Order: sequence, then C-alpha cells, then structure tokens
Amino acid sequence: MSFYEETTIHKRMDATAGAAGSVKTIDRTSHLELDHHDKTFLDTNELVINMGPQHPATHGVLRVILKLDGEKVLGTECVIGYLHRGVEKIAEHRTYTMFNPYVDRMDYVAAVSNGLGYCEAVEKLLNVQAPPRANYIRVILTELNRLASHMLWLGTHALDIGAITPLFYTFRDREEILKIFEKYCGARLTTHAFRIGGCSYETYDGFEREVVNFVNFVTPKIDEYEELLTTNRIWVERTKGVGPITARECVALGVTGPVLRASGVKWDLRKAQPYAAYSDFDFDIPVGENGDTYDRYLVRMQEMRQSLRIIEQAVGKIPAGPIMAKVPKVIKPAVGEIYHSIEAPKGELGYFIVSDGSTQPYRIRVRPPSFVNLQALDMMVRGQLVADVIAVIGTLDIVLGEVDR
Amino acid sequence: MIAKLKGQYGSGIHEASTYLGQNYMIVESAMIPEILQILRDEEQFDYCVDITTMHYPEQEKQFEIVWILYSFARNERIRVKTAIADGEEIPSAVPLWPAANWLEREVYDMFGIRFQGHPDMKRILLPDGWKGHPLRKDYGIIQQDRDWVQINLGIESGQ
Amino acid sequence: MLDYITSYLRSDTTPGQAGNILWAVVYIFLIFAGLSVAVIAMNWLERKILAHMQVRLGPMRVGPHGLLQPIADALKLLIKEDIMPAEADKFVFWMAPLVVVMTAFTVFVVVPFGATHAVTDMNIGILFMVGVSSLSVLGIVMAGWASNSHYPLIGALRSSAQMVSYEIAMGLAVVSAILMTSLNSAGTGTLSMIGIVQAQQAQHVWFVFKFFPLGMIAFFIFAIAMVAETNRAPFDLPEAESELTAGFHTEYSGFRWSLFFLAEYSAMIAVSSIAVTLWLGGWLRPFSNSLTGDTWEMVFSLIPGLSFLAFAAMCFLGVFRMPKHRAFRMQTMGLAGFGVLLGGIGLLLFVPPVRYRVQDIFWFSAKVAISMYMYIWYRGTFPRYRFDQLMKVGWKVLLPLGIGVLVLTAGVGVL
Repeated sequence: MSFYEETTIHKRMDATAGAAGSVKTIDRTSHLELDHHDKTFLDTNELVINMGPQHPATHGVLRVILKLDGEKVLGTECVIGYLHRGVEKIAEHRTYTMFNPYVDRMDYVAAVSNGLGYCEAVEKLLNVQAPPRANYIRVILTELNRLASHMLWLGTHALDIGAITPLFYTFRDREEILKIFEKYCGARLTTHAFRIGGCSYETYDGFEREVVNFVNFVTPKIDEYEELLTTNRIWVERTKGVGPITARECVALGVTGPVLRASGVKWDLRKAQPYAAYSDFDFDIPVGENGDTYDRYLVRMQEMRQSLRIIEQAVGKIPAGPIMAKVPKVIKPAVGEIYHSIEAPKGELGYFIVSDGSTQPYRIRVRPPSFVNLQALDMMVRGQLVADVIAVIGTLDIVLGEVDR
Repeated sequence: MIAKLKGQYGSGIHEASTYLGQNYMIVESAMIPEILQILRDEEQFDYCVDITTMHYPEQEKQFEIVWILYSFARNERIRVKTAIADGEEIPSAVPLWPAANWLEREVYDMFGIRFQGHPDMKRILLPDGWKGHPLRKDYGIIQQDRDWVQINLGIESGQ
Repeated sequence: MLDYITSYLRSDTTPGQAGNILWAVVYIFLIFAGLSVAVIAMNWLERKILAHMQVRLGPMRVGPHGLLQPIADALKLLIKEDIMPAEADKFVFWMAPLVVVMTAFTVFVVVPFGATHAVTDMNIGILFMVGVSSLSVLGIVMAGWASNSHYPLIGALRSSAQMVSYEIAMGLAVVSAILMTSLNSAGTGTLSMIGIVQAQQAQHVWFVFKFFPLGMIAFFIFAIAMVAETNRAPFDLPEAESELTAGFHTEYSGFRWSLFFLAEYSAMIAVSSIAVTLWLGGWLRPFSNSLTGDTWEMVFSLIPGLSFLAFAAMCFLGVFRMPKHRAFRMQTMGLAGFGVLLGGIGLLLFVPPVRYRVQDIFWFSAKVAISMYMYIWYRGTFPRYRFDQLMKVGWKVLLPLGIGVLVLTAGVGVL
C-alpha cells in the first residue's frame, strides 16, 4: 500500500496545468493578453493584475500574476528571481569556510538555521562530529531562531489579513531573541553563528540565565498573541478553509514544514532523522487536520511552544567540553557528495554538496523550502478570492531571499 | 531494494552503493523514467526532494542529473543519478511528482537541460532574455558581469 | 447693522431658519475651520492612540509629543509634485477628489451641534445627510475609474458594492429611529435633525435606550454600517493596503490624495454625528433625567471648561516631565504654550454667557469623540473582513436584523 495514490491530486494538478496554460503564454516583458470569450449579455471580462514585485503584502519581491474574474482567482503565475544573487555560483568560487556567511543571506529571517544546515553538511562530508556542547548551543540558537522566524511570520501574516497590532507585539518580543544573538556573536540578523566543526564562540557569561529569562518572558506573550487572534471571529473567518491543501497534495508538491504538518502529516526532520542534539530532547510535533490557513496558524503557534520546551531542556543540561571538533585549518573533503537536510522554520532545508577534493566545493545545491513551498500557491488559491491570495502567501511563510537565492 | 532493481534492470544500473551512509545509484539515462516510476510506485519514494545537476565539462556526457527522493514510509533517502550529453533531453518527472515542475525549470535555467514533456519549460530565476546558463562551469562570473550588468543594465559594477 | 448681527444671538433658532445670512456664513466658516482642526487633531490622535495600543510612541519629533506632525504632513503633501497618470481620464481624475470632499463637507450643513448651532434646520435633514453622504461613493468610483489602473478599479468596485449593501441596513436603522420621534401626542414624526434631538428631549430618553433592546440593536446596526460606509477597518476593503496597495486612491498623490484623506475623516465625523443625533441625544447632556435641578445644571455647564483645564494640566505635566536639556527647550516652550492655549479656552468656557451658549457643542463633540475613539480602537483590534464575508454580514445579518427591529419598533410604538 503506497502512501501516495493517484487520486484527486493528479486531477487537480492537471486542471492546474491546463488552466494555467493560458496564463503561461504570457511573456514576462510583454503586456498581458486577456482571454476574451464570446460576448453575451452580462458577460464579464477576465482581469489580469500584477501583484508585485512592489507590493506591500508579497513579502519582498515576489510577483504574482493573477487572473481574476471579479474577485475570484482563476489562475496565478509566480514570477520569481528578482532577488537572485547566484549563491550557488558564488559557492563554486569560494572555499568551504568562505561560503559559510553567504548561506545566512538566503533565509535571512532564519539565518542560524541556514548556517546549521550548511555546517552540518560539510561536517558530514568531512566525517567529523561537532562536540556535544557545540550541538547544544546549536540547538538553543536554532530554536531561538525558529521562534524569531515564526514571530516575524505571525506579525506579517496578521498584518496581511488586516490586524496591524500583532506585528508590533511580535517584533517587540523578537527583539529579545536578537539581543541574545547579538550578545552571542555580535550580529543580529545574518549571524554566522556556527563554524564548520562546531561553534566559534563560547557562550557569554549569563547566557543560560538570559535564555531561561527569555523563555519565561515569552511564554505569556505567546498566550497574548493567541488571545488576540485564535478566537477572534474575523481572524477565524478569514483563515478557516482558506488555501486548503491535503497531505497527498503536499507530498506530491514537495511541500514541507508547518504547511505539511498542518495537513496532518506528522513529519519533522528533527524527529525523523535527528541531527545536532535533537534526539536528546522531548518534544511533540504539532499536527493539524484540515490543512487550511487556520490550522497552519495553530501548528506554528504550537511549534513556538515546543521550541520553548526544547530550549528549556537544552539550557538545563548543556554539557561542558570543547565547542570545536578537530577540523583541519584548510578544509579539503575527499571526493564525494553529500545531501544533508535540516528542519528549518519553513520546511526541509537541504544542502547537496559535491566535492572534487579541492578546497572549493565543486557544486553546492541548496534545496530551499520556500522555493518548493511557493509552488503550491497556485493550487491553493485557485477558485478563491483575491484577499485569500494574500492570506496564503502569508501562510506559506516564504522568504524571497531563499526563493531566489 | 537495490538488489531487486539490479536484478530487474541489470546493466541499466551502472552503480548502486552508499557513501557516508547515503544511498545512491547511477542509472543509464534511457532507464530514468522507468526507474523513477518504480521507485515511486513500488518502493514508496513519494516525495521528490530535489532535482539538480552537476556539470563536468571534460566528460563526454557533460551533465550529471540527480534526483533526490525520500520515502515517508521507509524514512530513507535515495539519490538517482544519470549522465547526459549537452543538448540531450531527458524525460520530465512532473507526471510523477508535481514538485519537479519548478525544480526542472531551475535546472533548465541554470544548465540549459531541457526536460521532455515538461508543461512549461522556461527560465525561472533569471530574466527571459538572459544569455547562457550560469551554473555551467564554462560560464565565468566576469562574463555575467559584462554580458548582463554592463550591457543590459548599463551600470558599472564592482567586480 | 449691529442690530442685524446681535438679533440672531438673542433668537433661539438656527441662522438658516432665522434667515440671517451673515450668521449662516459665519457658521459655515466656523464649521469648516472646526472640521479642519478636528481632522488634524484626529490624525494626531489616531496615530498616538494606535501607537500606544501597539507598544510604541507614535510621532514624537515634530513638536512636543509630535503635536505638529499633522501640520508638517499637510505641508509636505501640499508641496509635493502633482502626479497624474498619463493614461488617466484627466477630467474625471481631477473631479473625483472634489466630489468626495464636497459631499463630505456638505452634510455638515444640517448637523446640529446644539439647539441653535447648525447652519440650518432642514425639515428633511436626516434624509439630506444620508443622501449626500452616500454620494461620496460616486467620487470613489470616479477615482477608481479615472486612474485607469487595476487596483483602483477593484477598490472602487468593492467600495460601491459595499456602500450599496450597507446603505440599506443603515437606512432601516435610521427609519426605526425616526419612527420613535413620532411617539408623541400629535403622532407626527420628524426628519429634521434638530427635531429628532428635541423629540428625545421631549420623551426624556435617548433613543438608544428606548424600547430596550430595540433602540440599542438599531444603534449597533448603524454603528457597524457606519464603519463600513466610511471604509474603515475592519471594513476597509476598498483601500486594503495589503491587497490593493491603496485601493481607489493608489494613483493619487500630494494634494489630491490629501483631499481623500480629509474627506475620509470628515465623513467619519459626519456619520458619527448622525449616530449621536439619532441615538445618543445629540447635544443633550448625560443624566438629564436623574440629575436635574439648577445645581446639576450648573455643575454640568462647568464640565466643558473643566475638561479643557484638565487637558491643559496634562500639558503642564508633560512640561514638567520634559528632559531638562537645552535641546528640549523649544519643545518645552511649545508644550507650555499649547497648555496655555487649552487653559485659556477652558477659562473662556467658564464665562457664563459663553458657558450656556456653547455647552451644547461640547456635549455633542464629546459624544462624537467617543465614536471616533471607537473607530481607532476597531482599527487596532480587528483583522480585515474578506469581500464575501462583508457581503454576508451586510445582507444576511444586518439587513434581516434591521427589518426585524423596524417592524418591532413600529409594533411596540402602536401599542
């Protein structure tokens, strides 16, 4: 019995491909062609509008071409690449160590996670193990970063749906996380917190106490966000049943992260293929049922609480010891290739590294969760309203730096 | 699983082994659709994690395409690799995994490999008028600066 | 001549009714100026109140506590380059803000700030108000159409659909309030704004409390519909910035845009005035039934002056708390000056003739201010409705409720 069955998903995908065909003929530079069908009395014209790349709610420079019938969305096409910096090409011209800070610039909202994925991938390729203390520091910082990322998501998502106040609350609390980062490594956003083989910095004095204080500080704040939104009638109406996606569709489209979990798949790489020190901690994977925007909201809120649980445990039993494994000064992995992925706040973040035995990677391929998740946008919003497009873009939690790389 | 596949396809699978605990197999390019189909339907590799390519200009078959697949049921990954020459086409995996759509477009964008039967084979990250495919090894970063930044955008860059 | 000027002050009608053109013009200017000041104050207050709801300070730099920020913004808007899209329908594009602003200001002709404080008292006052204020949708549709752009067009379409839907519920609520005015010995109601308030005075009850809970329900229907009518959160779909960038005024900038802004706020004040007049007793002071007698009259007539003095005291508290540093000298002096101004107004309001003449205006404005505060509060609290949900609320909830209230009010009235 296969998990994957050819049922509705393919039909829906076929319909998507077929209907999108008319949108797809659009040239990126030319004016958009409208489909004019036979004019009858009370006939309506289809309207093609360009949402983005400069738009307040597309979270950066995403451009979505919407084909509308009144307010109803007939089809969408995402035009991406406005933030393309050629990270993968840059990697081929840098040494392994030099490339480390670049990965922070992909998902700049969760820079620590990016760094973790890259460092672990190179460590695997070198066949070294980060020492336990480094792994605990990594877990604490990564989970803090997951919180920061989810807070930013919550604020902007709520703002997109029209609730302006949560944004300021989440930014106020995210600030505390950034302060910890700043104290730890001097940077707030693109942290470059980890090195290949461990962490470059020992924790500062009072790190543990500050993290525990933060956990105690932020737990009631998450209740506060939930109080503002979870039972808010308009919020529930705006999110329930919006942009639904089933588990099968998620798997077929490669959608991972909270979006997949909200559809009812209990799959989290932290549990499925534990990395760093995640196997030492006790935490749950929150799952949703309906796979709609509201469930994704609930899943992420629960994930924030689970992250706090992990942080609390990690701080409690952080071992002593070195923070760097024995890594050669010049990193020269043997010829070979490796794929390593971690559970970033947005989904599965994978690094596929090919080494030719030199100091520079022959090829680094980043498997960005936002890029793959964004593919589901078209299917999720088809037949819904313009306002739902905004809600779904928000709920997919994309970061254009990562989509475009 | 590997043994079974090898028994079935014999010479079609050039190599199947493990490196650093990760399984991969190198397959004859003609076999790709069949192998992928079997992996999905019979071996439960229902999640196409990534499709990407490496460029080895000195080889006769320049491009190595990699499908990274994951099975939720087995909790296990496999990489399927094949080599094709420049200008050769390879069947698209979109009918198997809709996720392959953008991933294949990116491969086309970066390497210029066309996928047969792909519903919308065009550039994804780069502008439509872009010359060349930047992740090929013969595409230098200075060339990109000259061809695109200076000529098309008309600005001096700091390269 | 002097007699012509002073004769009106002794009368107890509106200048329009008294046929006193001079005073009518004076009132028009006073209302226009007052409204402009109110919009400026609203701008500042909205930013400050919203900011404090959202754990931030709001404008703090231009003037003490950002008091001059709206003026700076207005100046900026005035001197901005005037941009008109090349493909726009020039004439309509030019007309649209004018239409919106004109309708928003015209309605104030009949708004009764006090028993005698209105430009005129039309016998169809409420009809005039509802009619004229609904004309503003015309300006919005014109703006959306003339911009020749997709977002404004969708915004304008949303706006027109929204206004048409909510006008009906609004009208039903208004009618049920008007029905209540006819519950007197003569059995005749009135559409005059002043007449409606006088009816509440005669019946010794604000209509919001009449036939509990019918008046209350009608008031709430109106309160919801008026938010939708003025395109404010959570019904701000026509200008939903996260969906349509800025909705119908996406292509507008500079002075033209500021006209839309002005119109939006004065429309808010206008519909709040309708709500206050119809349900909250207009200019009548609170507790006019229970706390009667000359002493209470006296006490309540002192409240306007006292509240201004309280504002002045708050300013002086701010002066006291201002950092003692050279850089803050101007700010401190400015705030003190503002405090003196407010205190001066407060003291002026204690002068008996002024006190009795003006307290009506104070109570009316205070009630409108509460309604305006609600607007800000909604904006800080609610997410935005989706278009179909908005329509659902309008047609499936408010409209049946409005009809029910109307029928029940009529029935109870007959009994």
